[in-house]
Amino acid sequence: MMSPSAPGFALEKSGEETVLRLRGDWTVATLHNVEREFADLRLPSGAGIDVSGLGRIDTAGAFLIDRAMREGGETPPRLIGEHASAASLIAQVHAVSDPAEPPKATPHGLIEMLERVGRGTEAFVRELIATLAFLGETVFTIVRLGAQPWKMRWTSIVAVMEEAGLNAMPIVAFLSFFVGMVVAYIGATTLSDFDLEIYTVELIGYSMLREFGVVLTGIVLAGRTNSSFTAQIGTMKMRQEIDAMQTLGLKPMEVLVAPRVLAMVVMTPILAFVATLAGIAGGIVVGWTSLDINPGLFIERLRTSVPLDQFWIGMSKAPVFGLVVALIACRQGLLTGGSVQSLGHRTTTSVVQAIFAIIVLDAMFAIFYMELGI
Amino acid sequence: MSAAPIIRIRDLKVAFGSSVVLEHLNLDIPQGEVVGVIGPSGCGKSVLLRAITGLKPPESGSIEVFGEQLETLSREERTAIERRWGIMFQDGALFSNLTVRENVMVPMKEHTQLSRPLMHDLADMKIRLSGLAASAGDKYPSDLSGGMRKRAALARALALDPELLFLDEPTAGLDPITAAAFDTLVRSLQRALGLTVFLVTHDVDTLHATCDRIVVLGEKKVLAVGTIPELREVDHAWIQEYFSGPRGRAAAPVTEEEA
Repeated sequence: MMSPSAPGFALEKSGEETVLRLRGDWTVATLHNVEREFADLRLPSGAGIDVSGLGRIDTAGAFLIDRAMREGGETPPRLIGEHASAASLIAQVHAVSDPAEPPKATPHGLIEMLERVGRGTEAFVRELIATLAFLGETVFTIVRLGAQPWKMRWTSIVAVMEEAGLNAMPIVAFLSFFVGMVVAYIGATTLSDFDLEIYTVELIGYSMLREFGVVLTGIVLAGRTNSSFTAQIGTMKMRQEIDAMQTLGLKPMEVLVAPRVLAMVVMTPILAFVATLAGIAGGIVVGWTSLDINPGLFIERLRTSVPLDQFWIGMSKAPVFGLVVALIACRQGLLTGGSVQSLGHRTTTSVVQAIFAIIVLDAMFAIFYMELGI
Repeated sequence: MSAAPIIRIRDLKVAFGSSVVLEHLNLDIPQGEVVGVIGPSGCGKSVLLRAITGLKPPESGSIEVFGEQLETLSREERTAIERRWGIMFQDGALFSNLTVRENVMVPMKEHTQLSRPLMHDLADMKIRLSGLAASAGDKYPSDLSGGMRKRAALARALALDPELLFLDEPTAGLDPITAAAFDTLVRSLQRALGLTVFLVTHDVDTLHATCDRIVVLGEKKVLAVGTIPELREVDHAWIQEYFSGPRGRAAAPVTEEEA
């Protein structure tokens, strides 16, 4: 392969006539050498462009020359001199080059910021309404399926229960166990100042039964299950499997959404129960090893001083969290567009929305039960 | 042919594990011609394309492109060769997270030092050259129809003004009118830019409309090379069936007016 020679040009004036002489190779690989200078060049009206000294030329070079000719005043410059392919290439490029349209100016500053805030707020409200609508649609589908239980996809419910429920159990239990230990340590160090270490039992009991067991479960599910549901359904959507389903008379709400939602509503309380037990176990371990509260005493005190209500408060939240997690995951999956980027975007949104929803709902539950005085 | 062949393959063997796809394959592709590669499904047409472009390393044999043997080249030399060819994959293989214009700009950004505004303008020019409206440049591949995606893929393959263009099933899945327009486009681009085109196809119409020469693959090697009239004379069951079967007979040469 011949090594390319650098392109160049020179403007020559002889009397009335101006001639632009081109030399060297004008190809996409070499053009950066002359690009800037050539763009600044203004050919006078009726100038000639001499291509006889030109080496190799491709469409990129032809594009630049053509652009200079377009900008060359009333009488466009013409090509002179002989070259094997320049004239035909330039003509070819000329046929498909429109005069460049100026880029649109985008507004910046305060107004744009306000506009974005407005749009963001509107989007948030719309998203909330749409999620509620999706909840309604799902509940309706499930109720209808409840009336026709033979239409229920039992196999896929059980498969989801295993994949998203049972397989999540170790991670949920581990996390909760360690959080239980941490809470016990914090309690022990603070309460020992008052010689009230024994109250660590109440601390663990209340916090684990009422809050941590179920919230930790919810957050693990939001990270683990949401991303997987959204990616599964989103990929099906991307590959037009969902369209295919609809044309075959299968309803995505029945086939994809209902089994996932039902499975999660059933499995989340079980996971939350396991998480609560694991958290208390973490507390017992710390109590035994650092506070000399033996496990028998710990459990006895837990039974007498922590009311059973606390357990039921925690458990009552679990199905709601499961429902929310599955709903958000399925909805975001179904909203996926045709591109890989949209799938990534939807998966992120799904996880973020689910974690957000769990924390907000938990706060609302706390207010609700406080008003009830439990 | 005065010039040396642009692709020269000698005794090529390509295999996946123990299943040999191509063996003892010899092939010369002359410069400046459109060469169509046909053969029964699964005979290794696409594999041959992948072997030439280095996506599937061959077991043995030599492949020379532009007179250079690919395996012996250093990384830099190889990159220099790679920018002299453009490949259009079967379903476009456009990057789905980039707009069409950005897709066309990817090879330019990677291999040239042009300024962004010029790349932008050049990309628009290639998009129009491939028969798309310039407004398609802002769209994402998922917003395009199958035919438009193929054109966009062609625009990307042409981004660096290659001397050699590989097209893998360019008209598969297109309606006959769009396919015919695509054939005309390939032919006119080939004439204007002096390209050598390596075209893998099933489409008899495409062969009639665009190809100077046809290579028939089968039985793990090249069965025959020649123009359509020459191939009609070849005494081989599959080739006879191909050109004289109902589809082969129906395919008439496409006229230029359909552009």
